[in-house]
Amino acid sequence: MSARLQNSGNKYRVETRTRVSGIALVTSLALLVIGFVLPAFVGRSVIQDMFFILTMLTLAQLWNMLAGFGGLVSVGQQAFVGLGAYAMFAGVILLGLDPVPAILVGGIAALLLAIPTGFFAFRLQGAYFAIGTWVIAEVVRLLVAQWKTLGGGTGTSLPRDATGNIMFVGQIGDLFSVRDAAARDILAYWLALILAASTIAGIYWLLRTKRGLALSAVRDNMEAAKSVGVDAQAMRWFVYLTAAFGTGLTGALIYVQKARISPDAAFSVQDWTAYVIFIVVIGGIGTIEGPIVGIILFYILQSLFADYGSWYLMALGILGILTMLFAPNGIWGLISKRTGWQLFPLQRRLILDTNTGGKNG
Amino acid sequence: MLLETRDLTAFYGDFQALFGVNITLDEGETIAIIGANGAGKTTLLRSISGVLENSADMVKFEGKSVGDMPADALVTRGIAMVPEGRKLFPSLSVEENLMIGAYCGRAAKHWNLDAVYELFPILREKSRVPSTSLSGGQQQMVAIGRALMSNPRVLLCDEISLGLAPVVIKDIYANMPKIKATGASIVIVEQDVGQALKVADRVYCMMEGRISLTGRPSEITREQVHAAYFGAAA
Amino acid sequence: MNLIDTVVQGILLGGLYALFAAGLSLTFGIMRLVNLAHGDLIVMGAYLILLFVTVLGVHPLAAFLIAAPLMFGLGFGLQHFILNRTLGKDILPPLLVTFGLSIALQNLLLQGFSADSRKIPGGALETASVNLGGVTVGLLPLMTFLSAILVIVALNQLFYRTSLGRAFRATSDDPVTAGLMGIKPKTIFAQATAISMLVVTLAALYLGMRANFDPSIGPARLIYAFEAVIIGGLGSLWGTLAGGIIIGIAQTVGASINPEWQILSGHIAFLIVLILRPRGLFPRAYD
Repeated sequence: MSARLQNSGNKYRVETRTRVSGIALVTSLALLVIGFVLPAFVGRSVIQDMFFILTMLTLAQLWNMLAGFGGLVSVGQQAFVGLGAYAMFAGVILLGLDPVPAILVGGIAALLLAIPTGFFAFRLQGAYFAIGTWVIAEVVRLLVAQWKTLGGGTGTSLPRDATGNIMFVGQIGDLFSVRDAAARDILAYWLALILAASTIAGIYWLLRTKRGLALSAVRDNMEAAKSVGVDAQAMRWFVYLTAAFGTGLTGALIYVQKARISPDAAFSVQDWTAYVIFIVVIGGIGTIEGPIVGIILFYILQSLFADYGSWYLMALGILGILTMLFAPNGIWGLISKRTGWQLFPLQRRLILDTNTGGKNG
Repeated sequence: MLLETRDLTAFYGDFQALFGVNITLDEGETIAIIGANGAGKTTLLRSISGVLENSADMVKFEGKSVGDMPADALVTRGIAMVPEGRKLFPSLSVEENLMIGAYCGRAAKHWNLDAVYELFPILREKSRVPSTSLSGGQQQMVAIGRALMSNPRVLLCDEISLGLAPVVIKDIYANMPKIKATGASIVIVEQDVGQALKVADRVYCMMEGRISLTGRPSEITREQVHAAYFGAAA
Repeated sequence: MNLIDTVVQGILLGGLYALFAAGLSLTFGIMRLVNLAHGDLIVMGAYLILLFVTVLGVHPLAAFLIAAPLMFGLGFGLQHFILNRTLGKDILPPLLVTFGLSIALQNLLLQGFSADSRKIPGGALETASVNLGGVTVGLLPLMTFLSAILVIVALNQLFYRTSLGRAFRATSDDPVTAGLMGIKPKTIFAQATAISMLVVTLAALYLGMRANFDPSIGPARLIYAFEAVIIGGLGSLWGTLAGGIIIGIAQTVGASINPEWQILSGHIAFLIVLILRPRGLFPRAYD
């Protein structure tokens, strides 16, 4: 938690922990435990809703890492959602894999796609980068739609013998006394919980390390960062590849649960980019707490108003505009400003050790 | 008194650049502001010209409080600046740069394209050329001409000698009397102390955001300037 | 498959894409604003024209002349009240605000006009054709292409021969120093967006007469427009035309090989140009 610095007699240390963050840590661990045992207490539709929340949260945290912390504003992450999902389908249909390990195939495929697309995208700056990522996503969508074995333009479903024999589903069904379909949902939910928790933990760890500082420096001023020895290119590659991998895994997981895929759905700008950006921006970009607040709000809005179709979407769009104009740090920004809370503290404070030979404390 | 600043303070974020600066400029006068890098000279000019906005009363022009007005409002009223580093528009030719100086629409009392070309004949030859392909000295001429095109009552010159060879600097300053003769009141910010003392009626020296010396060039000594410029022995 | 025929169709298609792109080139060039709602604004223009045609019973051209000043005012207001607040060093705010605008617009149109495909009736224009030295081309595509050229010539005249145009270029170079000349950058930006809306309305007229449209097609038009602008290079309107033509030809050639490859071919051409020339073919403005 703290590092020692020497300065002619005075000892300083760097601290990030706050009192509130300590409480938040304990609460998070408790929530995680509750999350795991949740299926014992709630019905299938709650589990499905939780799955939606957790997967969207993961996508939002990854986009936030890319754009909020990394300064790489991509409007094309749907490329990785879609490709991850399709690679998983390919693994199941063409290679006969069980859908669960096929999720990993999805992540790896997305990672591989990120390599050439990264080369291309990093030649572009700012707005050009954003449009470039979008075009790439469109190209991938159009190419995948040509892949007839996986359904071409209309898409396909996971075969019954694959969905009927997913690993662990039988045991889960026995454990919770539910039928196969519900057990599949529980398995997907647990995987989503693990994915979301590890993504958040991973991003937080990254930002706490020197790499994370370097990342913020690159985002704020690339030339200045380079001048102090930060390998800006390496940093950008690192976040781009990591985000792609995570997004691919999430996409694959989402479509394991859906079991049916089509290019327009898997590469949908609305579902995988518009909503994600909305969640991050309204919640609070550039903080880990932001997307968490954002998904909660989004879920509430979705549950209450999705039936209103286009009015709802129009309101979302307007809400996004108003937030960006008047509260650019989102809801969490407003909360944090009032209360000074940092649940996932990233600010490094320099603390003067008044005790000579002092201890951590 | 045409222009004055009253207790002018200025900040860049948390950093205070000016601590209550008071200067005056009478009609027809030329004043010079000298001082080391970082003393606040450019900040002072940016505050007067409206690039930096302050409280209304901190800058008074023709008796009116203008400290909170933006640059575009002030040039229309008659305060024009030759910015530090010249800041010509790369997308515009030499002539277009001059023409845009007249955008604010002030009455063309003396300065128009022909008058500027008379002052700086070389520019007439280069009028269609992209402004950035000129030499440093020629670019400075364009920058000065551009500011003159608005027929200002007050001309602010920010470090016009920067980056120029001594003979070029002399050339440019040789034109100052012609500009003065048309009735402009001039504020010159300069690092070249010698040149500044030659053209100015009065001099202000700044150090660390404050005025450290003021007077007529004929009345102040080298030692005083030295002390005011660099500060007394630390 | 007649190659010449295909290429000519591609060139004419490029005219349409250049029309989509010209307004964007203007605003992107002057204020580096990425307006993600640009395509949706074109679609909105088409609906507006259609509205006047059906409600007032006038000819599409007349409807265009009525719609144009409305769109002009809308553009000015949009920039003045909303987009000017987002401009600054950070590219995120304008991107996100215009993204929100795009979503809001699409759904507003959906509510107002339903998802049904519509078309602006072009009458005889739709089927008329002209023989150009052996190649038969539709009159409408030809008019579209010629309009694109006209618009670009007009905009260039504005940029290079008028005081306003000088102010546009100066503001694009350096908004702070432009202020020292008496230019109000925010007003310039609003004027630029207003003018670009005029071009958007013209593009909407041709879009609507040429084929069916519905509220969801905005984003695809945006992509073509941006591709044309980026291929052409920042600040070059003729470059934008060249960009449109390149995409148009790529699309028609691709389509002639396999109709499913039309859009993909356009994107691939874009990516290839961008790999070779990240700043576009004829960049003029200074990034």
